[in-house]
Amino acid sequence: MADGKTLAADRLSDTAATPRRGSTLTRLARRRSTLAFLMTLPLLAIIGGLVAYPFAYAIYLSMLNKRMTRFIGLDNFSFLLTRETFQAVIWQSVLFAVGAVIAKALIGFILAHVLHALPTRGQRMWRGLLLVPWVIPPAISTLAWWWLFDPSYSAFNWALSAIAVPPVAWLGEPGWARFSVILVNVWYGAPFFMIMYLAALKSVPDQLYEAAAIDGASGIQKLRYVTVPMMKNIIMITILFSLIVTFANFDIVRILTNGGPQDKTHIFGTYAFQVGIQSGDLPLGSAVSLFMFPILAVFSIFVLRDVTKRNKELAG
Amino acid sequence: MSGASITAAGAAAPAYRGTGSLRRERRWALIGAYIALAVFVIFFITPPFHMLVTSLKSSAEIADLSSNPWIVKRPTLSNYWELLTQGNYLIHFRNSLIVTLSVVAITMVVSTVAAFALARMRFWGSAVLATGVFLTYLVPETLLFIPLFQILGGIGLYNNLISMILIYPTLTVPFCTWIMIGYFSSIPRELDEAALIDGANHFQMLWKIFVPVALPGILAAMIFAFTVSWAQFLYPMAFLVSSENMVLTVGIVSDLIRADTFVWGKIMAGALMAAAPPLLVYAFLMDYYIAGLTAGATKG
Repeated sequence: MADGKTLAADRLSDTAATPRRGSTLTRLARRRSTLAFLMTLPLLAIIGGLVAYPFAYAIYLSMLNKRMTRFIGLDNFSFLLTRETFQAVIWQSVLFAVGAVIAKALIGFILAHVLHALPTRGQRMWRGLLLVPWVIPPAISTLAWWWLFDPSYSAFNWALSAIAVPPVAWLGEPGWARFSVILVNVWYGAPFFMIMYLAALKSVPDQLYEAAAIDGASGIQKLRYVTVPMMKNIIMITILFSLIVTFANFDIVRILTNGGPQDKTHIFGTYAFQVGIQSGDLPLGSAVSLFMFPILAVFSIFVLRDVTKRNKELAG
Repeated sequence: MSGASITAAGAAAPAYRGTGSLRRERRWALIGAYIALAVFVIFFITPPFHMLVTSLKSSAEIADLSSNPWIVKRPTLSNYWELLTQGNYLIHFRNSLIVTLSVVAITMVVSTVAAFALARMRFWGSAVLATGVFLTYLVPETLLFIPLFQILGGIGLYNNLISMILIYPTLTVPFCTWIMIGYFSSIPRELDEAALIDGANHFQMLWKIFVPVALPGILAAMIFAFTVSWAQFLYPMAFLVSSENMVLTVGIVSDLIRADTFVWGKIMAGALMAAAPPLLVYAFLMDYYIAGLTAGATKG
């Protein structure tokens, strides 16, 4: 992409240079496309220098041995695939992302409908309250959850003991630990779905509901044949976008469990951190995180289809 | 529930009975809505509430297993006071401010100028670039931090706040450019033409027409950049090691958790104060942000 741009600029400067030599520079500077190119240059520098280049570097890095002295091809990848811990990490990441996104989408859908049904006067206040989890930085709010899950001082367990339920080892037992990290992610992410769906709900024209009501549609039928088809686009985009972000999550697992107990809650991000930074095996760590890429690429093909559609609409 | 009312109305019932049942149906829907709201508000507010309660307790009260963790008997501000007078908390706060404000400034300049060029001055490859901007989300921070660790170490920026100011824009610029392209594209071309006739150059056009007209979008982009930079955790976690260079998100954990002693009262007080700036920003500017965030998505 960046190469294409420079090529284009070169070609333009060639054509501008040939006819009249005297004022080449000023003419070139005045050209719209040259100016436009210069204006996007910082953006290109950031994407090229700090995203594309490190990405390429990650691929190179992942094919070195631990001390980064020898090229070992794809050995890191095949080594990882034979490790049981890593196989579990793949499964846990999928479980974490898919489980959390389904719950977030459902809660967001319900809350958007509930808010939409409220009189407009109270809507703002309730919406503000419901957005609180999404406003607090997750690295900060997860500290509060961590304290709520504390093995001896858990406030949840205190409340449970009041109704005679035995204490739960929230972060100590693998099943509960997985549930806890997903719960915190749902808590943090559901409000985002809520506002996206609420915006979509507000954009559905009332006439459609009136027409459906005249045709004798029940509430569920209205939901199924009017609301959902009208919101389909935004539901898809939000789910796919959230899948990408949740899949690449780091903060919550890192703070709550740091992958434990017995690596049962590690996801790609935290495992790559442990292998790459904490154990000092950068090549293996980058191999771990590169495993995310094909999965993200599949998600994004779908997103991209919608995005290019929007670009065409904007251009046309 | 609503199905029943419509069949009742459909069974040739008098009009007023139909409306009566509709109103009743509405009332039940509203009651259900408030119950659902209450449940979720409790779920959503519990952690920050517990954070506040704990931050007001003395260490002795927190350690007392027989006391109720949900209420505070002898509230004290000593946790806040100790954080603000001793230790590195204020340094972390200042570092967070420096990084966040710099990143917001850089992001806004880069993305506004680029979005203007991409939205208005079509050139070879501009459509590809507009899509390419979005594609950077395919390469998340969890994939980039290891190569960046190596690259930053190579140029001597490891454990340096400047590296944060350098890297954070990769998280903010793509999406902000994306928002701004949407806003700029919706400005009618007649405005540009009027400006061009009056002899404005492209920068005057951007500064005197596009920026004021697209102010809600710019505000939304600024809030996004602020939120992301304030909340970033992985990069400081990986690249900052000494306490006086840390930002809030990592500083609280690293300074207040020494060995196995958890000073929970102070951790919660520190976390609450760290959450305050974004909470304040949202309290005043939430509508702009939501409008900016959802505008692009609902348009498609």
